Amino acid sequence: MTNHWVDIKNADLVLIMGGNAAEAHPCGFKWVIKAKAERGAKLVVVDPRFTRSAAVADYYAPIRVGADIAFLGGVINYLLTNDKIHHEYVKHYTNSAFLINPDYGFKDGLFTGYDEAKRSYAKGTWTYQMEDGFAKVDPTLQDPNCVFQLMKKHFARYTPELVSSVTGTPQDQFLKVCEMIAATSVANKTMTILYALGWTQHSVGSENIRTMAIIQLLLGNMGMAGGGVNALRGHANVQGITDQCLYSEVLPGYLSSPAEADATYEQYRNARTPKALRPGQMNFPQNFPKWFNSLMKAWYGDHATTETNFAYDYLPKRDAPYDIMQIFENMHQGKMNGFISSGFNPLAAISNKHKISAALSKLKYLVVIDPLSTETSEFWKNYGEFNNVDASKIQTEVFRLPATCFAEQDGTFTNSGRVIQWHWKGADGPGESKSDQEIMAGLFTRLRDMYKKEGGAYAEPILNLTWNYTNPSNPDAAEINREISGKALVDLKDAAGKVLVAAGEQLAGFAQLVDNGGTACGNWIYSGMWSKAGNLTARRDPTDTSEHKIGQSLNWGFAWPANRRILYNRASADINGKPWDESRTVLKWLGDRWGGSDIPDMRPNAKPEENVMPFIMTQEGVGRIFAPQMAEGPFPEHYEPFETPLARNPMHPNNPKATSNPASRVYKGDMEVFGNRKDYPFAATTYRLVEHFHYWSKHSDLNAIVQPEMFVEISRELAKMRGISSGDRVKVSSIRGHVHAKAMVTMRLKGMKVDGQTIYHVGIPIHFGFKGLTKPAQLANSLTPYVADANSQTPEFKAFLVNIEKA
Amino acid sequence: MSQVKLTRRQFFQVTGAGLGASSMTVMGLAHAADPVFAKPNKLEKTTETRSTCPYCSVSCGVLMYSRKDASGKLKVMHVEGDPDNPVNKGTLCPKGAGILDMIESPNRLQFPEVREPGTNEWKRISWDEALTRITKRMKADRDQNFVAKNAAGVTVNRWNTFGMLVSSASNNEAGYLSAKVLRSMGVVALDTQARI
Repeated sequence: MTNHWVDIKNADLVLIMGGNAAEAHPCGFKWVIKAKAERGAKLVVVDPRFTRSAAVADYYAPIRVGADIAFLGGVINYLLTNDKIHHEYVKHYTNSAFLINPDYGFKDGLFTGYDEAKRSYAKGTWTYQMEDGFAKVDPTLQDPNCVFQLMKKHFARYTPELVSSVTGTPQDQFLKVCEMIAATSVANKTMTILYALGWTQHSVGSENIRTMAIIQLLLGNMGMAGGGVNALRGHANVQGITDQCLYSEVLPGYLSSPAEADATYEQYRNARTPKALRPGQMNFPQNFPKWFNSLMKAWYGDHATTETNFAYDYLPKRDAPYDIMQIFENMHQGKMNGFISSGFNPLAAISNKHKISAALSKLKYLVVIDPLSTETSEFWKNYGEFNNVDASKIQTEVFRLPATCFAEQDGTFTNSGRVIQWHWKGADGPGESKSDQEIMAGLFTRLRDMYKKEGGAYAEPILNLTWNYTNPSNPDAAEINREISGKALVDLKDAAGKVLVAAGEQLAGFAQLVDNGGTACGNWIYSGMWSKAGNLTARRDPTDTSEHKIGQSLNWGFAWPANRRILYNRASADINGKPWDESRTVLKWLGDRWGGSDIPDMRPNAKPEENVMPFIMTQEGVGRIFAPQMAEGPFPEHYEPFETPLARNPMHPNNPKATSNPASRVYKGDMEVFGNRKDYPFAATTYRLVEHFHYWSKHSDLNAIVQPEMFVEISRELAKMRGISSGDRVKVSSIRGHVHAKAMVTMRLKGMKVDGQTIYHVGIPIHFGFKGLTKPAQLANSLTPYVADANSQTPEFKAFLVNIEKA
Repeated sequence: MSQVKLTRRQFFQVTGAGLGASSMTVMGLAHAADPVFAKPNKLEKTTETRSTCPYCSVSCGVLMYSRKDASGKLKVMHVEGDPDNPVNKGTLCPKGAGILDMIESPNRLQFPEVREPGTNEWKRISWDEALTRITKRMKADRDQNFVAKNAAGVTVNRWNTFGMLVSSASNNEAGYLSAKVLRSMGVVALDTQARI
């Protein structure tokens, strides 16, 4: 979330699209109700299903699965055509005035530079026009190559007629939503968007979100109280684990990890230390060397010095992507020997169960660390029709290690609003269970001792890893938290020579990090959470510290970065530093510094006339309407799901190359198992129930009692067509597999007119499986395709094709 | 102190700071005249601990009440929403309201186990055996498959044949420690639920 849970109460319009907060995030959804009750805010829900969020909405519009960009592209066209944009904001705070390379173009659904064989783009034309080292701009926004004009041209094709035909949303309903959104283009009205996996789990997931980001920039809603782009995330610490960067392409704090092209430390550092694209901008990522060198000091201490290039060679260099889809592809090809799955149930959670099962069967050893008995840990075991495998043929050695759960550990979780909160151990784990960190420490110290004794392949980074914990075999969460937050290794002094932080003391925040080895910090964005003042994540003062009671509890926990609660908050004030809406002041210029109700997302003494723009993490200083960073194009474009119920992409009916995301990676063997609309005529989507959390709560008696059995949801029309009644046992099949379930026939789904045909949906709750206290079922991912978003590699769980029949 | 009447909110404020080590009997409130405490309360002799619901990312504050069982293990026996938490303000949803049953699930794993290749059952093993066997496997794999330099002679120092998925239900501290350990070994195939 750019904003946070309580801040939702400040919105004038809440749009829920690609999510269902009332059921998936009920206690956060209360802030939507609060906005409605106390501000008179309106709630709009756009969803294929009349969800419980929709049930309390002021307005609901149905949409076909996988058509969100068409809908939102239509909103952009509406805003531009009807001049419902926040002009001052768009002019100053976005890249609308930037001039683009005249060779950039878009034709028949493809941007310039497409390489069909590689399924990727050469981005040489997706560039700014440069002059004296800076991007050229046209503040009048009239140049035909400026971003504003290119955007207008790009989205002009998204007419209400075409949008309605692609999305299935009746035109009058689409226009009503546009009108409600457009009302927030005035300076003192804000819209918040709440989305979740309904946007991310698509082959165009990142572009779904991008399209909304463009809308929020056009409306001037970024940085505002009650605004922002707000991802309602999964687990209680999914945000924190993302921030610690437990994924291949980044090191803690989103520091891009070394790849083969970064042969030397200099090459690596220089490639990641960008220059400002406009004069006077903060270009905050220019601090990369301070963040990276401090991380390496935390990990390698005296072995990480200027002389050793901060132990750069200790880090592995990637030769290829290693996201979850690629990892399981590699495993499926027999390229992996060993694997640890910790608190994760990939057999259920990753697309195409059959492929995941086959991949796990090719491992030599698998280690499952979990508090519960998961499907993944028993992938090798025959559960009849629910997991039909032959254990005698699976040669994987499987270890299962019992982990403690949240109640049995100290430590921090980071919520969706980036607030890091300490929790305390309140119970002992069952049996011989151990905490995740004790298990990891156990594995590490044993391995290290073996290398010490026996030697082996490149042992140095293992032998020299900083491991000065009081109890090396079970490091204390507080000690690790302090390591992440960071400390001074030498006395840090101000210009006058006064010691600000003495050697050995905790840092106040990332502003104190240095690039010469004088600081150690495990994750720069978390710096300051444990300062000289102590453990700030354990603070428990809920007082609303803001001037206008906008719900800023700055003394509750610690939000990253720098305890800032609303990102880009400089954009909540006009170019002169006056809040767009003084009744909801987030930040304002006080004459000599920035102040207000939040930690400034701006150099505190940057005078408005210095024109330091609010989006400090970009080289441009402004929000990107044109974003060449994206894999499939600098502007979003509607592409069909890889399994589409249509014969074509109605936006590009004559170019089959542009039917589905041209830049999505598709593996050999997976393209062949995409289903076609003749055999699998219905648009399927997976979803979640209010009573369950993923594949986890089915192990809880209470939850298993209230929602005990797998079902699928279909419309009355589809039920009639297939002779299915509510409660009937049905078989739902995709080309990859099938599930049996009870049918639930509802009015929440309806047939939709799309591109001249009627589309019916099948809704599939994901929660059931062959382990747990609920009735055994086939895992829902038996059905889903092995293809993912081209940027994030999040699998397309939300739009695919099935058939349904009475079992 | 035992004569003081407190509202529920005040009660929590008094028992406040840090680890909720205070119990109601320590406070002397078990038999106070306040009707809330008039009858024997199941939370008597319990320890109150502040925690966070592990399910969705609203990350609701919860209060856990625990006491030692016959075997001397501290067990949670009641969970409710934390009224002081500014986000959930004491509420819990149908998922979170069931977390006691998740903590106490009959499917909680109790001890390390191994399923030997081709067999059809779990075998209980000790932690020492489990960790030793796993790390021997890992070391043999790493020593055999470690790539120090690529074809172009660039130092790459990676281990491609082993990988790990890390839970989004782990603490930041455990997650960070995993990142640190895995990178030190040269692991590049690591990922997390956040991807999904």
